[in-house]
Amino acid sequence: MIKREYTIIDPLGMHARPATALLKLGRNFKSAVSLEKNGKSVPVKSMLNILALTLKFGDIVTVVIEGEDETEASVVIENFFMEEMKHF
Amino acid sequence: MKGTGVSPGISIGNAFILKKSVVVSSGRTVESEEEIIEQISDFDKAVVAAADEVKKIISDNKGTFKQEDIAILETQIEFIGDTQIMSDVHDKIRNERRTAIDSVTDAVGSMVHLFRNMDDAYLRARTTDIQDAGNRIIKHLLKRDDAPAHEYSENSIIIAEDITPTEAITLDPRKIAGIVTLEGSRTSHAAIIARSRVIPAVAGCSEELMNINNNDTVIIDGSTGDVIVDPDPETLNLFAEKKKVYDEHSKLLKSLRETPAITRDGRKISIFGNISVPDDIDQLDENGGEGVGLLRTEILFMMSDSFPSEEKQYQFYRQIASKSGDKPVIIRTLDIGGDKQLPYFKIPEEQNPFMGYRAIRISLDKKDVFMTQIKAILRASVSGNLKIMLPMICKIDEVREAKKLIGDAKTELDNAGKKYNPEIELGIMIEIPSAAMMVDLLSAEVDFFSIGTNDLCQYAMAVDRMNNKVSSLYDHFNPGLLRLINTIIEQAHIHNRKVGMCGEMASDPLATMILLGMGLDEFSMSPPSIPEIKKIIRDNTLVRAREVWNKVKTLDSSDKIREYLQETLK
Repeated sequence: MIKREYTIIDPLGMHARPATALLKLGRNFKSAVSLEKNGKSVPVKSMLNILALTLKFGDIVTVVIEGEDETEASVVIENFFMEEMKHF
Repeated sequence: MKGTGVSPGISIGNAFILKKSVVVSSGRTVESEEEIIEQISDFDKAVVAAADEVKKIISDNKGTFKQEDIAILETQIEFIGDTQIMSDVHDKIRNERRTAIDSVTDAVGSMVHLFRNMDDAYLRARTTDIQDAGNRIIKHLLKRDDAPAHEYSENSIIIAEDITPTEAITLDPRKIAGIVTLEGSRTSHAAIIARSRVIPAVAGCSEELMNINNNDTVIIDGSTGDVIVDPDPETLNLFAEKKKVYDEHSKLLKSLRETPAITRDGRKISIFGNISVPDDIDQLDENGGEGVGLLRTEILFMMSDSFPSEEKQYQFYRQIASKSGDKPVIIRTLDIGGDKQLPYFKIPEEQNPFMGYRAIRISLDKKDVFMTQIKAILRASVSGNLKIMLPMICKIDEVREAKKLIGDAKTELDNAGKKYNPEIELGIMIEIPSAAMMVDLLSAEVDFFSIGTNDLCQYAMAVDRMNNKVSSLYDHFNPGLLRLINTIIEQAHIHNRKVGMCGEMASDPLATMILLGMGLDEFSMSPPSIPEIKKIIRDNTLVRAREVWNKVKTLDSSDKIREYLQETLK
């Protein structure tokens, strides 16, 4: 299991467009990916669950990845939160 | 009737009522195991068909849709195939023995309810997307053919409870003159699309809206939010006239967007905007701004629950830097105190807050707060053309101390192996008379100046602009203040420094000729004011502006000055 923390760097927070991109990324891996904030955890499978987590600009999100390809998945997801989130 | 204007412009057209087909729950219980399996399979197929339908809209319009339209439709596909809704529906069919249609209605309904009650306006606006996804699935469950192509004629004003993103994207902008909805807000996709298509739109109207009939004459004003049904001839004429003025103005705006602010005799002036958040850059571009003359960083600090971290500030500045490209962006360091407070940094009540603990005085006292901000700006400086500006300087030691701290910040970044622009320019605001009178001395320490007329005027005239009893004295055409401003510009130019202005005066069309005549290099204002000021500069010559300023110098009161300026502008 890989567990990392990221800061939400998009001033609009985790809105529908980045959530869509994250869902697409998640489908490329066999590992289960989930997001946690304030003790609440949601799988990266449902747009509505991700939005309902209300990740705002500056919030810290914990990403948990578990499965056979978790190492590759963690690299891609790290890039998503550190780089891609700059461009939505 | 009045709603909220969400896409500006005036339209006069014929109402076209966009009706929603309402699905009433059947309440039927699913009897057998076979039927459960059948209902689940019907639902799964409907989800795939609904998603395919949206994918087809995208592929059919690849050439004509904007990138943002496609992005909205792609999110719509995610809403349709949402796994939470899918598992809720499966659960309802299997365990509550409800039909597929009833289960979708319920599951979508409770999601809509959940989102409608959220604190965040953006998330509340998503209820429309969720409903849109649900309706599309139900449409396929009913095996209904696609709704007939909307039979609206030219110049239609769409009246609807709400417009879903897919409806808005597929509306024909050549036929639609306007959109009025009962629900929605500035952040709903329909509003975003209306703005990008330049279709006037009003949202959040009262229930009265639903009394409008097809083909009623409707006037909408997307700036004020006014909606008028069956206007009398007088009103119709009034709005026809308003529409003409508005359309001409936006044409002018468009034509001025790409043209530089050059006087007829060739003096190039920089026209910049005052902004607070990255999104403001779009409005600045629309109005033809050539850079940011003032980025107020207070909003970033006000949006937070505590002093924002270096990383958070860095992302904020970096976004503005990269959105601006080569265009200069002048970032003013934290300017709180006076009338601006932070909820998490209480300043003890002061007898005279405008002369109290504020701006650079706080920065030099709370050095860690200042250092964090400077490091964030420095790191972002590799992504664009950033400059630093210090507010409320009253003596040269403040500049020297701030420069020392900026030097320390650079060393810290060097040690951490972080990149920044070592040549980043430093400027100061001139808003305190003592600084105004020693621009010659200050020139040795800084790269540029920017005149903050709001504070300069109140300090020079000793008028508290927040005090109603004296605020009428506050006046930027006071001959003494004009002389002070002229001195600033003159001295800066002697010492080879450029001078901008980021106070209200820069956006006052009556003041443009005087400032031009004094030799001001850069005007910075709220973006909507840019086209008008640009036009005055382009219509005049520097020679004429100098004549105006020379004449103004001979007038002894602001009333006489205003009267004269009004004459010359005619």
